[in-house]
Amino acid sequence: MAILETRKLNKHFGGLHVTGNVDFALQPGEMHCLIGPNGAGKSTFFRLILGEHRPDSGQILFADQDITRAKPFQRIRKGISVKFQVPGIFKALSTRQNLVIALQHHVPPRDLARDVDRLLEFLNLSGDHAQLAGNLSHGQKQWLEIGMAIALKPRLLLLDEPTAGMTPDETHATGEMLHRLNADGMTVLAVEHDMAFVRQIAHRVTVLHLGKVFAQGSIDDITADPRVARIYLGEADA
Amino acid sequence: MADQSRLRAALRLIEGPQTIGRRPKFWAGVALVLACACAYPMFADSYDVGNNVYFFNWLFMAMGLSLIWGYGGSLSFGQTAFFGVAGYSYGVLTINLGDAYGLTLLSLVLAVGISAALAAVLGYFMFFGRINGVFLGIVSLSVTLVLERFMAQTAGPQWAIGSARLNGFNGMGGMPSLTIPWPGGDIALFPDLPLYYLTLALLLIVYLALRMLVNSRFGNVLVAIRENPERAEMLGYDIRKFQLVAFVIGSALAGLSGVLYTSWGNYITPASMGMTAAALPIVWVAVGGRGDLTTTLVGTLAVLIVFQMLTIHGSQYALVVMGVLLVLTVLAAPRGIVMGIVDALGRLLRRKEAR
Repeated sequence: MAILETRKLNKHFGGLHVTGNVDFALQPGEMHCLIGPNGAGKSTFFRLILGEHRPDSGQILFADQDITRAKPFQRIRKGISVKFQVPGIFKALSTRQNLVIALQHHVPPRDLARDVDRLLEFLNLSGDHAQLAGNLSHGQKQWLEIGMAIALKPRLLLLDEPTAGMTPDETHATGEMLHRLNADGMTVLAVEHDMAFVRQIAHRVTVLHLGKVFAQGSIDDITADPRVARIYLGEADA
Repeated sequence: MADQSRLRAALRLIEGPQTIGRRPKFWAGVALVLACACAYPMFADSYDVGNNVYFFNWLFMAMGLSLIWGYGGSLSFGQTAFFGVAGYSYGVLTINLGDAYGLTLLSLVLAVGISAALAAVLGYFMFFGRINGVFLGIVSLSVTLVLERFMAQTAGPQWAIGSARLNGFNGMGGMPSLTIPWPGGDIALFPDLPLYYLTLALLLIVYLALRMLVNSRFGNVLVAIRENPERAEMLGYDIRKFQLVAFVIGSALAGLSGVLYTSWGNYITPASMGMTAAALPIVWVAVGGRGDLTTTLVGTLAVLIVFQMLTIHGSQYALVVMGVLLVLTVLAAPRGIVMGIVDALGRLLRRKEAR
């Protein structure tokens, strides 16, 4: 049983087909990376899964339930969580308050402080808990948002370029963080450009190109595929 | 037992991340201000006491706007619509029901309820229709202006509800003041001592209750929506519901202002929903510091007093000064002047402590 499945998913803006008949399945417990050149339709695909865009046709299933018409917050409550590309945090609130808002939904008030402390520690942000989130470093902001996303204890975590703007050390630490979450049973789907990071985390990789699934396999299969190399250089016709 | 601990948990929310003022020092200050406010009528004549009640009347609308705009991030430009609807409702109800048996108090509750119901309907279409940002301001302003125009043309005798004549542009008068039923003679609350203390008590209750609300889980989500609505929704919150609830509460408070104002002067006119009236609450709340209830309260009171002084001396120029004040605030202290002063004092104190 796939945890996430899309069937013949279509979306176009005007005459531009950004997602064309995408059939995609994600297995529970998998760490999966979505790669592809700019404009391949990765972000649109994410927004379709989250419900921020409505597909023109096709179906989205989460844990065998049809969520094609569900509102974004309903999908989140079913167990999907997301970290956006640009850190989506509450800048004028403290780091602690950011996590409180993410946790209070399902953690009873008496356990809230304890759970916030644990999460701060997991994110290496304990020392900055009183700091306004807008004053954190870029990497810390990324972590804080990952923290807010995992605070929901999702079954599926969507990450849109989680390591964008991070130093190599921060990127590596993020990868290890994801491995720990994955060991606890979280399924991860990430859009990523950094191939070292993809190699560090991905069990499987899907290449999107011009809104279609172009190739799928292990990272070694993908890097060895001459067609993939060509689309990145802009030579192939889809 | 469970009820008691729940009550204690609720009371703890009087302090929290969404309100300034955490230490005993702050509460000592509040107590001092309150004591001064209580003692004030002893040193003032009854005209000044009544005039202060007039200032107090507006503060409910200001705090409601702070909740909707300062905390929730939705700029409603039309809070006067609820002010006016509640004021007219109070007039129509009391003129028809009379002031015996505490019926004016029932009318107060009903009038506030009517403005809340209007806010619920309007808010439903705005928030569930995903109208936000500047468009929310435009829609809410349009509503209050439409109501003003409508009420202004209700001059003829055909415009009456029961025995209450709406009276068009001249406004509606002759409604009784709020009256408390009392054995041995009802107490009519004219702008004098009893009304002063009642309004002051009501202010304190609303202020403390709103502090608890904005520091609660509900308040957490409200400021999250202000900061980043998309993120708030992607944490599983149906943000439209939170925005709607805040809008209804804030608008009910505007309604309360409307009822108190109408009862205070036994008078309400369409101009109370006009362009000028609609703009003033924005000035009060922005100048004080909309992001906090206390700065809103202090700022609004200060602006109201200054505005009245200017009106006495310079009539229409007062409005120009208000406009200039708003522009200066936006340019120099976007979070509000009172908030700016609080921030500066905080920095000064910290520097002193560091030494």
